[in-house]
Amino acid sequence: MRRKYDVIVIGGGHAGVEAASASARLGADTALVTHKFSTIGEMSCNPAIGGLGKGHLVREIDALDGLMGRVADQAGIQFRLLNRSKGPAVRGPRAQADRKLYRQAMQAEIRSQNHLTVVEAAVCGFLIEHGHVAGVTTETGEELRAGAVVLTTGTFLAGLIHIGERKIPAGRAGEPPAQGISEQLRVAGLQLGRLKTGTPARLDGRTIRWDGLEEQKGDDVPAPFSFLTPAISTPQVSCFITQTTAKTHELIANNIHRSPLYSGQIEGTGPRYCPSIEDKIHRFKDKSSHQIFLEPEGLDDPTVYPNGISTSLPEDVQKQFIWTIPGLENVSILRPGYAIEYDFVDPRELSHSLEVKALPGLFLAGQINGTTGYEEAAAQGLIAGLNAARKVAGQEAVSFDRAEGYLGVMVDDLVLRGVTEPYRMFTSRAEYRLSLRADNADQRLTPKGISLGLVGSHREKSFTGRMVVLAQARGLAEQLGLTSAAAAKLGLKVNQDGQRRSALDFMAMPEVGLERVAEIWPEIAALPEFAKEALFADSLYSGYAARQAADVVALRKEDQIQLPADMDYANLPSLSMEIRHKLMKVQPRTLGQASRIEGMTPAALACLLGYIKRQSLRKTA
Amino acid sequence: MNNSDTIFAVSSGSGMAGIAVIRMSGPKAGRLLVETAGSLPLPRLASVRQLRDPASQEIIDQALVLWMPGPNSATGEDVAEFHVHGSMAVVEAVFAVFRKYDGVRLAEAGEFTRRAFVNDRMDLVEAEGLGDLLLARTEAQRRMAVHHMLGHASSIYEQWRSEMIAILARLEAAIDFVDEHDVAEAALVGVRSRTADLIGCLSKAADESGRAGAVRSGVKVVFAGAPNVGKSSLLNLVAAREAAIVSSRPGTTRDVIEVSIVLGGVPVILTDTAGLRHDGEDEIENIGMLKAKSEVAGADIVVWVSSIDVQEEVRISALPALRVLNKADLLDEKSIRIWNDQASSPVLQISARTGEGIAGFVTELEKLVMARFGGMEHASVVRARQKSAVDESIQFLNDSLLHDVAHIEFAAECLRKACYSIARVTGRVDVEDLLAKIFSDFCIGK
Repeated sequence: MRRKYDVIVIGGGHAGVEAASASARLGADTALVTHKFSTIGEMSCNPAIGGLGKGHLVREIDALDGLMGRVADQAGIQFRLLNRSKGPAVRGPRAQADRKLYRQAMQAEIRSQNHLTVVEAAVCGFLIEHGHVAGVTTETGEELRAGAVVLTTGTFLAGLIHIGERKIPAGRAGEPPAQGISEQLRVAGLQLGRLKTGTPARLDGRTIRWDGLEEQKGDDVPAPFSFLTPAISTPQVSCFITQTTAKTHELIANNIHRSPLYSGQIEGTGPRYCPSIEDKIHRFKDKSSHQIFLEPEGLDDPTVYPNGISTSLPEDVQKQFIWTIPGLENVSILRPGYAIEYDFVDPRELSHSLEVKALPGLFLAGQINGTTGYEEAAAQGLIAGLNAARKVAGQEAVSFDRAEGYLGVMVDDLVLRGVTEPYRMFTSRAEYRLSLRADNADQRLTPKGISLGLVGSHREKSFTGRMVVLAQARGLAEQLGLTSAAAAKLGLKVNQDGQRRSALDFMAMPEVGLERVAEIWPEIAALPEFAKEALFADSLYSGYAARQAADVVALRKEDQIQLPADMDYANLPSLSMEIRHKLMKVQPRTLGQASRIEGMTPAALACLLGYIKRQSLRKTA
Repeated sequence: MNNSDTIFAVSSGSGMAGIAVIRMSGPKAGRLLVETAGSLPLPRLASVRQLRDPASQEIIDQALVLWMPGPNSATGEDVAEFHVHGSMAVVEAVFAVFRKYDGVRLAEAGEFTRRAFVNDRMDLVEAEGLGDLLLARTEAQRRMAVHHMLGHASSIYEQWRSEMIAILARLEAAIDFVDEHDVAEAALVGVRSRTADLIGCLSKAADESGRAGAVRSGVKVVFAGAPNVGKSSLLNLVAAREAAIVSSRPGTTRDVIEVSIVLGGVPVILTDTAGLRHDGEDEIENIGMLKAKSEVAGADIVVWVSSIDVQEEVRISALPALRVLNKADLLDEKSIRIWNDQASSPVLQISARTGEGIAGFVTELEKLVMARFGGMEHASVVRARQKSAVDESIQFLNDSLLHDVAHIEFAAECLRKACYSIARVTGRVDVEDLLAKIFSDFCIGK
């Protein structure tokens, strides 16, 4: 086995593979260290990728030539574009994935990546030299050295599974936890916390009574995640919907004391948006039924994931309550649901490049930073891998700001505000939502990816081609047009103001729309689908885009006001103790960052600004 | 100015008095209290102590002292109060002792309040309310300022903001949780009517703000009319009756003269203006008339003064709230009837010469002021800053109603902006507030 790499990535989950791939794409000699090659790309929770906010992240990862979108397109067995009836800014691509196909496609990507070696080993600690992380040690006592290390341990750090009163130390079902790493991070002075997440029992689809259950079909024409995927070729299947009954609720309520969530056995905080069924029933007592989505885990796999009933109740109670659910009366349970508690690092310990401030050379990505979800993990992995490789090459850290993409929003939220529950992406977290759309992720990010060397030549060529087509399409749509009188003759309701309006203007008008425009002008109808949609979205949001552009200018202006790295908050007058502590913890680099720290007040910001101004006056004097 | 200094000032007003309250705030307040009064009294408990000069141990005065350690003090810092006997000599002697310490100095104007604001002991609206309270001259002003200072106005803004967050949370739930069937459908129920109700509340407050602002700064009553109808005499008579504060601007009657009185607890500024006719004698008179017209345009209440013996050449476009006929003593009953028949609104007859009708005029004016400007004590939108934020917010809320479900992202954008506008008055909006609202209202998680 080789002993030295540029970058070592620990963990082969969604964060790990993106980190390893990004690092290798930059040309860094990269090792992906994981227990078993065969679990790379495992979907350990629900078999789905994307959704609102999450789908945006997948598109952004793809725009930077990451893996998730491409792989999901090969594995997707039910695609749905959420919010199809609403505006493009809030549409989110989502797909059920075949777990085996996903794993296989991901492993193929990893295998074919240049500069990337997979090492099967269990890491038990870091090598730290002169305060810098210089490699890792494995359980068999080997030392692997590297210029930078990316840690993506998911739920493995001091992982503890709860099933009823039973507690099993584990990383995920059937895999051992990582124990030593937490201790080493703690010794280095990092703030660690405890979070909790859960998963439902897995069911045998062959024993489900399917008839009579509501069917949920996918879209007729599946919308791929990747800008490189022309069309989806995997066979498509349906999901089915059932719901809890009064009997289910009664059973759970009667046994709630046996749930470790309620007995006090679990200390970690769980996510509000992914509550266990016992939580739902306890907190929303007036709701008589909760929906359950029966999601297939694969085309040739009978396993069914019952989305909506994650639980940590004892196995016997799980069985009894599941049997009260229509369609599941005789279902056999393949494995029970469980809750898992794990250590996470307070993400305020990180800079915007996801490097640990107190341990240079160490980057963290994924659930270890207090997030939840494959997509959130993957996006962080990409940023961490990118920066690890740049660090080794002696290049400056790069980050993405809140106006560039959801990945920028997420990292900014994490490192400035920290987390109190597992962090999940929502479109409502993005203040520039109308410009950060899934459809324009490539326009927003691919050029930056190209200049960073993160994007391969295949995608670069494809992107450049698309942009040429788009520019021509825009030129056409601006050039074609009608006077108000001509529009009226065609039956379009417009102000008779004698003005000429372009095809681009018409498509944004709610009473006209893209379809009608395509009827009027066959040239528009003949444009490629992506170009039509891009024109429509840009036109629809053009009024708001101008306003948001002004907000973005203000954001970037505040982010250009640097705070000195050695800022002495302890002796800065006029700050309340609470805010002083927060500033010392986060160490914002700019005034803009300081303004986004949770609990920051306008008065404290004014004080910071005043201080900087006085300092710069002193310097020029 | 250094904010880490310990500051002190006489807080009980200037001039000789029985007691002078010296307030001190900052990190050294405790030490100075120990070194001058011997020891720290129990927090927030009045104690009688002999104050000594620490250098000479000479007794300066016997005083009541108070110790209010931060952060639960008026400024959020350590605060000490010395209630000494109120002579200049005592205050000066105490100040001389304080000044000897490094980092201890006399407070600048408004500095105690600013520290309270910086330390989050009061928000902007409360600080403005305190400022108004210190300047309050009338009962209506005092009540309005107290409403702001105690945070009652802030809590109105907070109510509006939280209703906006609640509405926005519903829109966001319908966007972000569309794959949870039941959530998305339930989320939008009642959103439009709640938005409309909120617009109603904000609009009512915004409509009041002009009148509320007038109570804060004084209701402007402008006397206008032709030259030589007796406007100045009338103003002087009213001023004399009501113990007015005369703040005449320099110049003659060709310029503008202002007199402040209080009617029913509301401050009223009576303004005399140059007489209006077609052509002035000279440039100065013409300028005076221009000013008079602009005063009329900016008036809360216009009193049109006429006289029996003066022909009126010029009318003003605004309908006067009160009409006064001077030199009524020169008329017989028949002429008065003719006058009244010609006038479009009732005319009060007075005589500036005999003083007849003046009391009646003041009563009518007070009724008018109370009808239009009374009951404003609980208005929450009183400053231009607050008014423009509320107006902006109303505009965004109205915009949000223009969009249907298919364009819900626009509606959400408008609501978000509305929220920011209101939040600027007192504090900030936070996406975590929004998510907390979503998760408390809906059972999310399939």
